[in-house]
Amino acid sequence: MYSLTSIPPGLFIILGALLIPIFSGRTRNVFMLVLPTIGLAGLLQFDVGIYWETKIFNQNLTPVRIDDLSLVFGYIFHLAAIISVIYAFHIRDTIQQVASLVYSGSAIGAVFAGDLITLFVYWEITAISSVFLIWANRTERSYRSGMRYLVVQVASGVLLLSGSVIYITETGSINFDKMSLVGFGPIFIFVAFGIKAAFPLVNGWLHDAYPNATATGTVFLSAFTTKLAIYALARGFPNADILIWIGCIMATITVIYALLENDLRRVMTYSLNTQLGLMVIAVGIGSNLALNGAVAHAFTGIVYKSLLFMVLGAVLVQTGTTKANELGGLRNSMPWTAAFAVIGAASISAFPFFIGFPSKSLILSATAYEGYWVVWGILLFASAGVFFNTGIRIPYLVFFGKQTDKKIVEAPANMLVAMGITSIICLLIGIYPKILFDLLPFNIAYEPYTMSHIITQLQLLSAAALVYVYANNKDLLSNNKIALLLDVDWFFRRGFPFIINYVFKFYWKIHQGLLSNLKINLSKIIGTVFKHHGPEGVLARTWPTGSTVLWVAILLALYVIVYFV
Amino acid sequence: MIAQLPALIVVIPLIGAPLCMLVRYRDWSWTVATLCTWASFVCAWIILQQATSGNTISYQMGGWAPPLGIEYRIDLTNAFVLLVVTGIGSIIMPYARESIRSEFGTRRIYFFYTAYLLCFCGLLGVTITGDAFNLFVFLEINSLATYVLIAMGKNRRALTAAYQYLILGTIGATFIVIGIGLLYAETGTLNMYDLSNRIAEVGASRTIGAAFAFLVVGISLKLALFPLHLWLPNSYTYAPSMISAFLAATATKVAVYVLLRFLFTVFNYELTFDALPLDYILACLALIAMFAASTVAIFQQNLKRMLAYSSIAQIGYIVLGISFASSAGVTAGMVHLFNHAMIKGGMFLALGCIMYRVGTVNINKLDGIGKRMPLTTAALILGGFGLIGVPLTAGFISKWYLVTAALERGWWPLGFLILLSSLLAVIYVWRLVEAAYMKPVPENAKVVEEAPGSLLFPTWFLIGASIYFGIETNLTVGVAMDAAKQLLGGLG
Repeated sequence: MYSLTSIPPGLFIILGALLIPIFSGRTRNVFMLVLPTIGLAGLLQFDVGIYWETKIFNQNLTPVRIDDLSLVFGYIFHLAAIISVIYAFHIRDTIQQVASLVYSGSAIGAVFAGDLITLFVYWEITAISSVFLIWANRTERSYRSGMRYLVVQVASGVLLLSGSVIYITETGSINFDKMSLVGFGPIFIFVAFGIKAAFPLVNGWLHDAYPNATATGTVFLSAFTTKLAIYALARGFPNADILIWIGCIMATITVIYALLENDLRRVMTYSLNTQLGLMVIAVGIGSNLALNGAVAHAFTGIVYKSLLFMVLGAVLVQTGTTKANELGGLRNSMPWTAAFAVIGAASISAFPFFIGFPSKSLILSATAYEGYWVVWGILLFASAGVFFNTGIRIPYLVFFGKQTDKKIVEAPANMLVAMGITSIICLLIGIYPKILFDLLPFNIAYEPYTMSHIITQLQLLSAAALVYVYANNKDLLSNNKIALLLDVDWFFRRGFPFIINYVFKFYWKIHQGLLSNLKINLSKIIGTVFKHHGPEGVLARTWPTGSTVLWVAILLALYVIVYFV
Repeated sequence: MIAQLPALIVVIPLIGAPLCMLVRYRDWSWTVATLCTWASFVCAWIILQQATSGNTISYQMGGWAPPLGIEYRIDLTNAFVLLVVTGIGSIIMPYARESIRSEFGTRRIYFFYTAYLLCFCGLLGVTITGDAFNLFVFLEINSLATYVLIAMGKNRRALTAAYQYLILGTIGATFIVIGIGLLYAETGTLNMYDLSNRIAEVGASRTIGAAFAFLVVGISLKLALFPLHLWLPNSYTYAPSMISAFLAATATKVAVYVLLRFLFTVFNYELTFDALPLDYILACLALIAMFAASTVAIFQQNLKRMLAYSSIAQIGYIVLGISFASSAGVTAGMVHLFNHAMIKGGMFLALGCIMYRVGTVNINKLDGIGKRMPLTTAALILGGFGLIGVPLTAGFISKWYLVTAALERGWWPLGFLILLSSLLAVIYVWRLVEAAYMKPVPENAKVVEEAPGSLLFPTWFLIGASIYFGIETNLTVGVAMDAAKQLLGGLG
């Protein structure tokens, strides 16, 4: 009897995704939905342990390692894949469909990778497959943005590989376990993880690429890449103190950027980055409670981020824009989407009885418990900021506020279904957090709904709301006032090409200079035989024989001089 | 019979060559050439089996004892290279028939196979001999035949390419013979092992130093080590497809072997790496080759030319391995020698398939080729993955050992540079993917079928091998490791 456990999780979806082009129309959509569903069913049958250990080129690979930490991520990644597929049900674009499932599958595979080499392979597949979701927009802007995204992602992969090689040669161990942040190997790996986790200064790709992806593509993108990095950090570098401070910077700076941004999908990427900051802080604290918090927050983050990106995607599809100043008053034309937006906003703001609350409480408690009071304050500030930016602003600007007179209709049914399911999950786990807590890697009794938690949170939220109302009345938030916003992603978009361009021009000048000198001095001596060498103007690139003779002489002289000196 | 194998492996193609001239009926000369190549392969296989048992085979030509007589001396290193050369030759021959018929025509085809067998024989002779002057003689046999083969390309520019190679190759050969002459003047012997002992006795004299300089420069030219690579791009571009594949996979590899032999066996370690900072010189040149040639490859329109520049970069990787002057480094170099022969041979064959059907390998005219010739294109792209060093391809194994060797030597920034230069390979391979799969087939394109089986099978055989050796590394890494130990061990 064929068993669901005979193919590694993740790989199952990747292989299945390659079969997508065989099907067409509605059958294809059903097939795409069935794949992650069977994948999830298969995952439920796996026991904790190590599978498919193989020896390839003298290294013991562990393609699948299932333990409590990887299982949580495995479940939520499958769930995110299912929801995103439903949301993208109406898409008829083979490349996008294949890429999205290969991407999901490789992220799942990476989570279960037990060694660094397997991790690297999946790590690169996520990079390469996900870029197609950006390119799928088929505009010049998205092409360029995708290219920048790809370069950064592949660079992360190269760092991971070089770090791994150093680590493996130094320690002799290929397994992906907790590392101490000493020596080049672990530092390279750490930076590789950091790039994908959108650490400050290397987060440009996130704000550059995600808003340029397709409406459905962003939903996939928001779920996997960064959370995979959080998983990798939690696995490899729990308790690394530096993470706490990196996380604090991430969580605070992005709040300010989000405030100034006009494109709401970019606002979302900033608030995504804030949430990543909270998780990074929790990983850095590294106690069992904190790690549980990080994992739980990654889990809930995927759910409510997906929901909000889906809402914005629906708005984008129906109105053609996500610019704040072009939107408003959609509650009448898109009532369902508006309702889901409110649920998503409440979740991300961690209102009690919504999904964000239990996980954020975990992190706050863990921070307080370990005595990091400064960090605790920063967490509160970030929470308030997120509520301010995403919790109030997005629903208000899009669905309430000033009425626009465009003729807009409600989003397609499949989008509503996907958003609906996600909203239900938001409420379900918000009300019964035990469902989530039972999945967490460490077994800790924790009660999120204590009176003090709820009161702290409500005070925080009402304070932020007051500020918003005040600022709005004084018209401090008018988007017309904000002309230019310079973030590090500018350097990715403009700075790097400029430098590369400059270097190439410089190089070319030297090249040309050398070439013309050689030509003048030597061509005459050697004769005109090679003048007509290349009809395609190859002469410019095929150096004359004489130059080689010169090189021969130079090298000979070099060897002899070096030898006799 | 078994005892005569070292002579037979060279003699069979040497006799086969004039035989091709005699058999002028249709393409029977192809049959002769193929049978000779396969016979040599069988010899090489048996010789490798003997060599892996740990014994160095010494064969005295005509019964004359060394150092006066010519000795054929086979240890693991040259047995390994013999296997690469004959193996590639054997796989390519079935491909040659159709490919050469379409590119060269059927008239006087026996000339072609005669030249091919001489080229083949020269490569084997260079590899197997233990006599320095004999090495030069075979090198010349090989070079002269190679000039002829390149000149047989369909494009008239093949003539100038061959002419350029002739001039440069002759300079290289002259340098080698000057180097050997100086050694003879100083020591009075030509046998490599005898040379090795006497050089150790004489110590570092000026004559020996000059001989060394001449030899290294001469071999570098044959090797196409940057900046002496100028003959290579044109030769590979305009030679017949099958010859490009053969040369890329074998000729430069044999030159690498010669370099190894002189560096580690003839000259001793103190001379090459202590008195001379040869490791730094070679590493520098190799690094420049890796980056400069890969960058040039990115801008090429002609795909054969692109692969040619990529070859120069890959030679950089091999020489880089050697420059570490450690057992691990030489192992890495030799593993890459083998793997690159597989990958580049397969890729040139795939381009030959495209040439056969489409008539051009200019990337601008190959839009949507992935839809028109799916199997050929897939082989080409898989080979490209090998060049990048994607895991589960042979290229990954090479880079893995190379990076490990760099770290072992303590040159860790080099490890990083190796990976960085792989990114350049990503770009030029990506151009292929983009042209082949992303762009639509132009509407006015003529209808093109998939290449015939006789071309496709050898192509996939090599590409398949490059994948196989990316997973199963006992043969490559195992033999290369032992060979490297043998090479370095005698001198320590």
